[in-house]
Amino acid sequence: MSDVELPTISPRRMALKRFVSHKAAVASCVVLGLFILVVVLSPITARYGVNQSVRKPPNSFLPPQKIAWLGTDDIGRDIYSRLIYGIRVSLIIGLASAIISVAVGCVVGAVAGFRGGLFDDVVMRITDLFLAFPFLVALLVVRNMLGALSWLSPIIGNSGSIRFIIFLLAIFGWMGVARIVRGQVLSLKEREFIEASRAVGASRRYIILRHLLPNSIGPIMVALTFSVVGAIIGEATLSFFGYGPQAGAGTTSLGLLVGAAKGAVQTGFWWMAVFPCAALVIISLCINFIGDALRDATDPRLEMGQ
Amino acid sequence: MSVPVLSIRNLHITFESPLGDLHAVRGVDFDVSTGELLGVVGESGSGKSVTFLAAMGLLPSRAKISGSVVLDGEELIGACPRRLRSVRGRLLSMIFQDPLSALNPVHRVGDQISEMLQSHQKISNRAAGMKSVELLDLVGIPQPDDRAMQYPHEFSGGMRQRVVIAMAIANNPKVLIADEPTTALDVTVQAQILEVIQRVQEKFGTAVVLITHDLGVIARVASRVSVMYAGRNVEKGEVDAIFDHSSHPYTRGLLNSLPREGTERLEPIKGFPPNMLRPPSGCSFSARCQFALPECSVELPQLRQFGDLETACIRAEDIFVAGAQTR
Amino acid sequence: MLRYVVRRIAWAIPTLLLVTFLVYVALRLGTNPVNSYLRSNPRASAEKIAQYKELNGLGSNYVTGYWGWLKHFVTLDWPRSIKGSREVLPALKDALANSLRLGAAATVVGVVIGLGIGVFAALRPGGRRDVTVNTAAFIGISIPPYISAILLQLLFAVYWSRWFGHTLFPTSGVYPPGHSGFNAVLMAKHMALPMIVVAIQIIAVYSRYMRSSLLDVMNSDYMRTARSKGISESQILIRHGMRNALIPVVTIAALDVGSIVGGLIITENIFDYPGMGLYFLRAFNDGDFPLMMPWMVLIVASILLFNLIADVTYAWLDPRIRLE
Repeated sequence: MSDVELPTISPRRMALKRFVSHKAAVASCVVLGLFILVVVLSPITARYGVNQSVRKPPNSFLPPQKIAWLGTDDIGRDIYSRLIYGIRVSLIIGLASAIISVAVGCVVGAVAGFRGGLFDDVVMRITDLFLAFPFLVALLVVRNMLGALSWLSPIIGNSGSIRFIIFLLAIFGWMGVARIVRGQVLSLKEREFIEASRAVGASRRYIILRHLLPNSIGPIMVALTFSVVGAIIGEATLSFFGYGPQAGAGTTSLGLLVGAAKGAVQTGFWWMAVFPCAALVIISLCINFIGDALRDATDPRLEMGQ
Repeated sequence: MSVPVLSIRNLHITFESPLGDLHAVRGVDFDVSTGELLGVVGESGSGKSVTFLAAMGLLPSRAKISGSVVLDGEELIGACPRRLRSVRGRLLSMIFQDPLSALNPVHRVGDQISEMLQSHQKISNRAAGMKSVELLDLVGIPQPDDRAMQYPHEFSGGMRQRVVIAMAIANNPKVLIADEPTTALDVTVQAQILEVIQRVQEKFGTAVVLITHDLGVIARVASRVSVMYAGRNVEKGEVDAIFDHSSHPYTRGLLNSLPREGTERLEPIKGFPPNMLRPPSGCSFSARCQFALPECSVELPQLRQFGDLETACIRAEDIFVAGAQTR
Repeated sequence: MLRYVVRRIAWAIPTLLLVTFLVYVALRLGTNPVNSYLRSNPRASAEKIAQYKELNGLGSNYVTGYWGWLKHFVTLDWPRSIKGSREVLPALKDALANSLRLGAAATVVGVVIGLGIGVFAALRPGGRRDVTVNTAAFIGISIPPYISAILLQLLFAVYWSRWFGHTLFPTSGVYPPGHSGFNAVLMAKHMALPMIVVAIQIIAVYSRYMRSSLLDVMNSDYMRTARSKGISESQILIRHGMRNALIPVVTIAALDVGSIVGGLIITENIFDYPGMGLYFLRAFNDGDFPLMMPWMVLIVASILLFNLIADVTYAWLDPRIRLE
């Protein structure tokens, strides 16, 4: 009697295959990779320093030309180079705060979902509240509040520093992640393999670490990508209103660059607005595509079977 | 025998999928006559549901269908969608496995039955409402006028399936297709539902096709049986004949795996169903068959008359004899 | 059903109190109201300072302070703005009216178009129009409102007039400077650009939600039953599909109010539109406590209100919820 051969494919490979079939996501990876490459190689790719004038005056508001590929800003600095440094800062802020958000959010969400009870209720109420408030309002108010608590500044820096912004954004970010993880844990909790674990006497911590979290990698990765995008846009929004990082020495971020464009619009210096805006849009679009494709790739409902 | 009211001939159904073409149904024939209950037996993946979904015209457009389905003298394959819609629910009805998800959760039960009535007959809302209550009563729902105003989630599983049956027979169809109607229900409730189906059949003379994988159900209510495996008919006959002297290894396997008095060890059929993306050449059961010969993998065996049964096995005689030894 | 609503309203009141207390603490801590007052009124007498503290409930500790503030607030004895002693209530009312107009217009336009597009895309999933709609919506979501606002402003303020010689859509304010009285056309023109910006966000979000919700519904078992009844596709869509598909969309809708307000703030700032958003930003920048607290109360109340509306609508749409 011959054995019937069944094609086998691990869930990870299947998810990868599905991800790769999303052309937009793959293109996004490439584009994003290019951005990251240019930023990482910034000593080489940037043409001027971040606070360096392009040439002796007159040099403000020059439209794109040979000595300044994307034009110059109000005090004559090269927008192309500043864009590179700005993207670097924004990406760092985005990644750092997203990582913190995901770390905290996973723990809180997993515990809340798994244990339920009072802890879960309290967490849910708090996150509901924060998430229902207009983001900007909450962001600004919390920012000022944190800044006023002087005993915090050794840990998170003063309110103009990049470190502060990272923590601020992480405070908002973890809530979204916690909800996603909690939802995932809730749905996994009732599955038989968890029951079996419990029946064998596994401790709660073991179950969370070894079973629940690894099975939630999909939603967690999705949450990570959206946290990054959220943080980048959050930072941009803060900077736009003047509450962003003020690290001095001309250090800039994407948000600051876009914010500087506010005034330029009325006067028609389009290059100051268009290039930073385009960069921000492209980056967030790419990350969104990737997140969306990840979500499709890891969604168990879309199993390709019979 | 009377002219069959539903006649399926040489039906082929293939699904296009990213992994290749899925040959779900590979040339099946069925006949059902007025007032008779045909049982269609097979495991998951045998193509039994797909066949009748195709007859109803409920398959997605990526399904390629060829062959003939004649209902009351009218060809359904290739008919225009409007005609098919007119037939569905009026001449040909179908009920499905899970009664909870089959009913729209936000509409009242009575309204859902009325909708069935009003889509095919010109009757007023009031008349439809009254008829709905009548139908609920017919299928054995107590206090039907009150219950008609309730929502599906307020009914138990068995009650819901009765509602579904009431809905399906509202327009007195010629043929009722029941796709695993009892699989999602408790055993005691199963018996009740089968009884409802039989009652309906006696009252209206509806032809019923009962699709199931449960031989117990077949034994209870079917008059004729057709066994499907891997998209083809493998055996057909009257129910008593099949249960008594089936001559196909697959059917025998199914019968043998039923626990019976005196059974010491359960005997499952070894192996797995074939991959329909690449159906094996020759008899699709040969890989799992204890009677298999090299010839079996060469050519697809056709259904042939063997005594009072039709069997698609080249060794039917041997199976019959082997069966007689264990009888 | 009525009991459900009453119970929810009863819960809302303590929630309102708790949240406003938290807001009070946060604002008092973060914006340092007393210092801000002193900054704006450097020559204020000690008496005026004490009066300011009392009216705003900035007493010794937070709890009694909050209680003090609450008393004045509820009796409509509101303190005035720290800048020029403006009355708060009229300013707030104006801002609210402007924002409501903008928000309502954008929401109506956005939701109708968004839902329509979502249905349109869901009818032929995977097809070309579905993909285009999806991508467009996606891009819409990825562009933060202030970027679209800036770009639109650039387009209309600078280039349109340069190319076409006249201003089609003005880019600031409710009326042209110096205008008085009510003029619907001018108002509409000034509102057009900010409305488009907010509407884009709404359309992007709602079309995706509607599409995925409708797709879920179209694939469910009761749709198969509906089809097996032989009723027409349009009937199926409307009677069976939409009602079920709207349920999850409605729940999102109410919770989304916060983000609409957020988008409103940014948009108003860019277009210099004197609504709630601009009001808050100016008050926040000045540390104007008397201006901010009523604003906050209003926002919290509306969030709770919208949550309630969403829950009630949800219960109305889905009879399974009603048995509580």
